[in-house]
Parts: sequence; C-alpha cells; structure tokens
Amino acid sequence: MEKQWQEMTADEKQEAQFQKLLRPKDHEGNDLRFQSPQTEANYKASITRIKDAIQLKKTPDRVPVTILPSMFPFTYAGMTVQEAMYDYDKCVAGFKKFILDFKPDMHIGAAAPGPGKFYEILDYKLYAWPGHGVAPTSSYQCHEGEYMKAEEYDLLLTDPSFFFRNFYLPRVFGALEPWRMLPPLTGILEMYGVAFNFIPYGLPPVQAAYKALFEAGAEALKWAMAMGGADGELKTLGFTNILGGFTKAPFDTIGDTLRGTKGIMMDMYRQPDKLLKALEAITPIMIGMGLGAAQQTGNPLIFMPLHKGADGFLSDEQFKTFYWPTLRKVMVGLIEGGCIPFAAAEGGYNTRLKVIRDLPRGKTLWMFDQTDIVKAKEIVGDTFCILGNVPSAMLNLGTPQQVKDYCKKLIDTVGKGGGFIMANGAFFDEAKPENVKAMVDFTKEYGVYR
Amino acid sequence: MAKDLVKTLADLEEKEALKIVEDRLSAGEDPLKILDDARRAVELVGKRFSDGEYFIPDLVYAGEILKAITDRVKPKLTKAAEVKRLGKVIVGTVAGDIHDIGKDIVVFMLDVNGFEVLDLGIDVPAQKFVDAIKNTGSRVVGLSGFLTLAFQSMKDTVETIKKAGLREGVKIMIGGGQIDDQVRSFTGADAYGKDAMEAVKLAKGWIGG
Repeated sequence: MEKQWQEMTADEKQEAQFQKLLRPKDHEGNDLRFQSPQTEANYKASITRIKDAIQLKKTPDRVPVTILPSMFPFTYAGMTVQEAMYDYDKCVAGFKKFILDFKPDMHIGAAAPGPGKFYEILDYKLYAWPGHGVAPTSSYQCHEGEYMKAEEYDLLLTDPSFFFRNFYLPRVFGALEPWRMLPPLTGILEMYGVAFNFIPYGLPPVQAAYKALFEAGAEALKWAMAMGGADGELKTLGFTNILGGFTKAPFDTIGDTLRGTKGIMMDMYRQPDKLLKALEAITPIMIGMGLGAAQQTGNPLIFMPLHKGADGFLSDEQFKTFYWPTLRKVMVGLIEGGCIPFAAAEGGYNTRLKVIRDLPRGKTLWMFDQTDIVKAKEIVGDTFCILGNVPSAMLNLGTPQQVKDYCKKLIDTVGKGGGFIMANGAFFDEAKPENVKAMVDFTKEYGVYR
Repeated sequence: MAKDLVKTLADLEEKEALKIVEDRLSAGEDPLKILDDARRAVELVGKRFSDGEYFIPDLVYAGEILKAITDRVKPKLTKAAEVKRLGKVIVGTVAGDIHDIGKDIVVFMLDVNGFEVLDLGIDVPAQKFVDAIKNTGSRVVGLSGFLTLAFQSMKDTVETIKKAGLREGVKIMIGGGQIDDQVRSFTGADAYGKDAMEAVKLAKGWIGG
C-alpha cells in the first residue's frame, strides 16, 4: 500500500510531487489530453529535465532553459503594459504567442501584469501602475513607505492577522479603510455579548468596504480563470508553468511592504530584539503560505524573490543575524512539506554563498543575477541547482552572438555535470527578441549532455 | 568634553552622539562647529563604506543620526551656515522610473562630501535636466534608474542634453540596479558607478575637491 503523505520523508514527498507533475490532470481530475503525442513527450521531458537538475542525483539529458520576464512577453506581443493589465484575454493571447515563439522548456505564467481593475476597485495605494502614476508603457512600481510604524511591533507580534486587517490593509487599500473599525475576531466567545462584536458590520462605511471586497473578488476570479485557462492550454502544448506558489523571506516581508527599506534598516539598530521576535513570529506564516499554495496548484516549486539580503544591503553580520536564520527556517519548512523553495537572489550574492550552502542537498533552486555563478558553482554547486544569469543589459543591448558566447561559458562551467538551468538573471521588461531567442535556441543545441 | 562627536557618530552610536550634541549646545558652543564635526563624521562613514567596512544600512542610519543632530542644532544657528561647496551636481531618477532609494543615498553622500546637490526627484523628464543645467550652470549630472526601461530614458536624456547644446559642458554619470558598462555605452553617458561613493569619486574627479 502507498505510504500516507504524513508518513513520508521529505525525499519521498518531493518525489511524489514530481510524479504527480508527470501525470498531469485536467480541471475535472481526468488525465490531461495533450494536443499531440509530441507535446506530451515534450512536457514529460521538461519535467524530468528540471527534476534531474534540481535533485542533483542524475545529469539531465540537457541543460533546461527558461525565461523569467516581467513585462517582456506583453510588449513583445505588441501591447502596452496597461492593455495587459486591463484586457485579460489580450494578456493571455500575448503570453501564448511569447511562449510559442520562444519555446522555453517551461514558463512562469501570464500573471505578472495582474488585474488592473481589481487594483482600482480596492484603491491599491502601495503601487503606481499604468494610468495610476506611471505611463501606459511602464511596469507597476512600488510606493515605499512605513505602512507599519516603528512602534507597532507589539501589535504585529500579539496578533498578526488583526494587525494586517485593522492597520496594514486599511493603509494600503483605500477601499478597506473602514476595516479599522472592526473588532478582533477573538472576542466572539459566548452568548452574552456576542452581538456586540457584529455591530460594526452594520455601519454603512464597513458595508461599503465589503461591497468593494465582493466586487474585487469577482474581478480576481475572472482574471484567475483567464490565467488558469492559459496555463492549462499551454500545458497541453507541452509547456508547463514552473511556479506553484509564492512566499517570502521573513526579513523581506517586514522590510518590503510593512516597515520599508529605511524602516527595517533603522530597526536593526534601534530595536533589534523586537525585529528578531517579529521575524520568528511570521516564519510559520510564510511556511504556511508556500505549503498552502502548493496544495492548491499541485506544483511544489515555491517562488521566493529575495530582496534585502543582497551584497551591500546588509553586512555579513546582519545577514547572519537578521536575514538568513528565518529564511532558512522557511526553506526547511517548505522542504519538509515536500516543496522546492525557488529563491531569486536579486542583486549580488557573492558574499552570501558560504552561508546559504547550509541547506539539504538537492532540495532548493536558486536564481542568481549579478552573482559570479562560476564561483557559485564551486561553493554551492553540490548543494543546490543554480538558475541564471544572462544579464538584463546584454539581453537588451547586446547581440545574439554575445548572448551565445555568454551562454556557452555558462554551459561549459556552471552546467558541468548538471544542476544548472539556463535563464535570464533578473526580471526584465525590455529586450531584443533575437537575444532572448539566442539564449533559448543555443542552450537547446549546445546544452545537450553527452 | 568627554567624548568625540566625530568618532561617536562615525561609530553610529546614536544616543551617545545626540548627548554630546546636547552637551555642547548647552555649553554654548558655536553650532556651526558642531555641524562641521557631524559632517566630517559622515564623510568618515562614507570612507568606511568604500573600504567595505560599512554597508548600506550604516549609510542610511548615519543619515538619520545626522538629521537628528541638524534638527537640534538648526534652531540655535544665528547666521546661515556658509559651507564651502565643491560644486553643483544635478541628480534625478529618469523618466518612467519612480525608484528613489538608491538615488536618495547618492544625493546624501554627495551632500555630506561637500557638493551642492540639486535633487530633481523621480520620473524626471529629459527637458527638466536641461533646464536645471541651464539654471544652475552645473557641470555634473547623475541619472538614476532601476528598471530596464531606464536604459532608453537615460539615452534620451543624454541626447536631449546634447541637442540643447549643453553636452560639452557637463559630465554625465549613471547608476542603478542593472546598470553596467554596456548600458553606459548605449546611453552615451561618461561613466557609471556601482554605489554612492563611486558617484562621489566621479564627481570629485570631474569637479575637483
């Protein structure tokens, strides 16, 4: 009899997840019908290829290649970022064109632009997006701020969900401002007084907030159907979405959108103990976020964009004290749940390599940008699979020959013996299509292991 | 005077540094002298950053402490501080890009290292750089950008400066997340810097000081 999920080791769980990916189902739970035997073979070869690259047990048949763009697929397909955000069908069609033209082994889905109307309904203040602070051709960009105040750590620590609902969310979504008035759910205890807890829901502003929430939910659903449809169709064509979900390093969760870059930097000096406690407190929440997403999508690769741990952004000491311990805990928690943390180390990670090596072998995937990945191969190559790192500047301004030369160097060095996936190093909006094509085609041709 | 403000601030001992400032103000010392010590301390912070001893959070924290000191000292100033400036530098994040953290650190380091900085902010149209060069006579311009779209914006900005007939008179430096020499050559800028202290070095090389 098959082992129950709870009885499996992390190794067995990961293997089971890959086996599930190798036998994909359609949305009704039946075996997925591929468009042709060839697309089915391509799909299975791609899954096996990244599985071998990640697990570090076998050398894959060739170096896998993927593209991780932000807005490039949509500008390439001839639409503005604004159009991609507001016309979901157009967005999806553009993404499909991008995949079929470039044919990477796998993709990351068309979700990057997100649903523009949804942001409007909720009056999202955290970002500027086309028509709301930036031009139609620009990607959305974050308005950094202290959406959590320096003196609010105790609130966050006592009850993170209450803090989010009553403080953080009303600050970042204009439409949810009335949520400030809601009492904690934990006051709902017994017959006497229970109704007091519900009085705020009768107030017109709170009711308006919920009305906006329902509308936003409907819009999000509409968008998700379009995205899911595209993923499903691309799968039948042999191209799989590698992203099964998303979570963050606790330091980035607090530093990116709660305290902001400057805020969290000050906290390291002015209130380090509170910061450390908060990082610990949200660690299980970050693990749960990844595990929950993987369960929903049936895909174990959990994306973790790493921001504030890059070279220069923290001293070695600060990295080891504030950034790495809880990031490692999140990764280990995900691994124990059968997931594969997929970290994108934005910026450089040259000074971090010896620290991040402390992970179980063959259980994580790391995207590197400005890290010297030949050196990374030496230091972390026997611990995890490396993905990257064709530079944005080269894809944008270089020539196909330059890209090929760069990819050749990567395949010859980082690709040696497996454990490497060819890709760009940082998310990009603009590039010369012929350069992106050169990256994919050259890898397919030259990257075959013999 | 028990402890030295320059050393205390350069070591980022915030409470101690503020106490020294309070003590010196109470003792009736010339506020300008206190500000000068504070400025020298932050220069030292910049040097430690260049030497790899300090990192970005240290620069940001030093800036916060300096601000707290300036807030305490300013009300006591009887005459405007007449700081000798090395020269004027114009800085801004180029059109289409609204990222400001990197740019703000560059502005801060240029300022404490003796430059008069005109910060044009974010999403700055090319023409605004041209106007600023005309109005200030500045010889150094710094263009900041984080997104790949900034490559083109930087190029457009350099070309607009050229079309206005001002290119010969200014040196242009660029910087930001994905900037490298290939981008520099594409934009037609004179140099790129990978961090704020390189911006200071470039500006000093061009203006002197």
